[in-house]
Amino acid sequence: MSAHPTQGSPLLDIRGLTVSYPTPQGPAQVVRGVDLAVAPGERVALVGESGSGKSVTARSVLRLDPDARTGGRILLEGEDVLEMTPREVRRVRGARAGLVFQDPLASLNPVKTVGWQITQPLRIRGVGRREARRRAVDLLGRLGVADPDRRFDDHPHQFSGGMRQRVVIAIAVIAEPRLLIADEPTTALDVRVQAQVLELMEDLARERGMAVLLITHDLGIVAGFARRVAVMRHGLIVEEADVDRLYASPSHPYTRSLLDAVPRIGDAPGRRLGAPVPATTEGEAL
Amino acid sequence: MNTAGEPPILEARNLVKTFPGQAGTRAVDDVSFTVGRGEALGLVGESGSGKSTTARCVAGLVRPDSGRVLIGGQDVTRARGRALRATRRRVQMVFQDPYSSLNPRMTVAELVGEGLYVHGIEPDRARRRDRTVQILETVGLGAEHLDRYPRSFSGGQRQRIAIARALAVGPDLLICDEPVASLDVSVQAQVLDLFCDLREKLGLALLFIAHDLAVVHHLCGRVAVMNSGRVVELGGREQVYTAPEHPYTRALLDAVPVPDPAAERARAGALRPVPAHHDPEETR
Repeated sequence: MSAHPTQGSPLLDIRGLTVSYPTPQGPAQVVRGVDLAVAPGERVALVGESGSGKSVTARSVLRLDPDARTGGRILLEGEDVLEMTPREVRRVRGARAGLVFQDPLASLNPVKTVGWQITQPLRIRGVGRREARRRAVDLLGRLGVADPDRRFDDHPHQFSGGMRQRVVIAIAVIAEPRLLIADEPTTALDVRVQAQVLELMEDLARERGMAVLLITHDLGIVAGFARRVAVMRHGLIVEEADVDRLYASPSHPYTRSLLDAVPRIGDAPGRRLGAPVPATTEGEAL
Repeated sequence: MNTAGEPPILEARNLVKTFPGQAGTRAVDDVSFTVGRGEALGLVGESGSGKSTTARCVAGLVRPDSGRVLIGGQDVTRARGRALRATRRRVQMVFQDPYSSLNPRMTVAELVGEGLYVHGIEPDRARRRDRTVQILETVGLGAEHLDRYPRSFSGGQRQRIAIARALAVGPDLLICDEPVASLDVSVQAQVLDLFCDLREKLGLALLFIAHDLAVVHHLCGRVAVMNSGRVVELGGREQVYTAPEHPYTRALLDAVPVPDPAAERARAGALRPVPAHHDPEETR
């Protein structure tokens, strides 16, 4: 494995990724051979329903699940994350790839100030306290947090849901990673706040030339955000295409059924949304 | 809608609800609306808008500080005892999270049959079981599910069980509080289809609470938009979605993501300059 990225190679290159978890009944395979590449500065969406393996794939990039048994390769700037020592992986997190989770309340430490949390990725890399604070306050202001210098010393519970998600984004990007992985970043938010958070992520990505891998079940937010979309089901990518192509003429029946399932304002009310499958086999695992 | 002479199945008149510790802020602030027989009214708004509290006042789970709730013309805010129970039977509720709304220690037969027993509709055990099977079939489940516990069902199937439980007592109106918000899109699609079928088959009226404007558009002929405890707009589907009168309704509609890449790109420009420190959650 080369330690140096070759010219024009993708920022993230996932090849033949398999992930399984040990269970009393034997290993359960949840990712069954995924190939996915993200170029520098590119915005890619990985779409799927619960249990499709999309979050597990995303989390594998930062090796967040100690239980996971992985196979294949995850090349981040040419280096295989799966081969790294725990110490090396810690250097990747935050600095080369940042992560935003769905639930901002669960991903923030309730007893530490948001400022403390935002500056950690810098502090552990040796940036001085004063400089870290300056950069964190700048970033909070940039993310639309009013009076950032004062809010720096507040605790998470003093923020609304949308503001908390901005704090989580700040933590993920403060060390200026080249890749941001956002796992359902707006699912818990109201629609107007969702629109703002997505815009902020997009603006930030443009400004910094940062690539984004957006993990979501919501085909609505994907359409405006991503340039390329991969649809995942049962641990496999069933279709991958440019966003316009995918929405205009999906080639896989599952992609089509997902698109059909979304009610749209402007459609005839009451049109059939679900595929005509027996109700008791609704495509979910029991 | 309102057939001549017959009162609407549900009428909320000037509902007000304040919670302790929030002095001065009314969670529900002078809310009035009606739901006609067989009609579907959508109640939309963001978190904290008061839509769920309104639903709970109507369902009798929360006592309003003032105002009245009339079910089929009967004032249930003042009724007591048997009269209250008889009226309550006509209105049933379906909650958002089928993982917490179903008692994990009860079988499907018990969950769905409970209302039949409590309201004395089917006191005979064997006949109650038959009736329970019929109800399960209307929601796409069957006799083979009777003796199973909620834990062995998926989210979509649990929501079907919750709907069956609500339907068991033969209500005229279902109050649904975000019934599809926690479901995957393909499962959500099937549950929405089920609601459409039930309305057609049973002539069921719906008070449908949701934050998803596309879902409400799909299901409801009339829409009430709530903000800060008040109904800021109430009208027919066409009017509210194509010619909203209130700026808040317009702002909500503008923020709805559209599953169409070209439309989204066109819209992104219009939305762009986000005024710094504008937080809709904090500037109510």
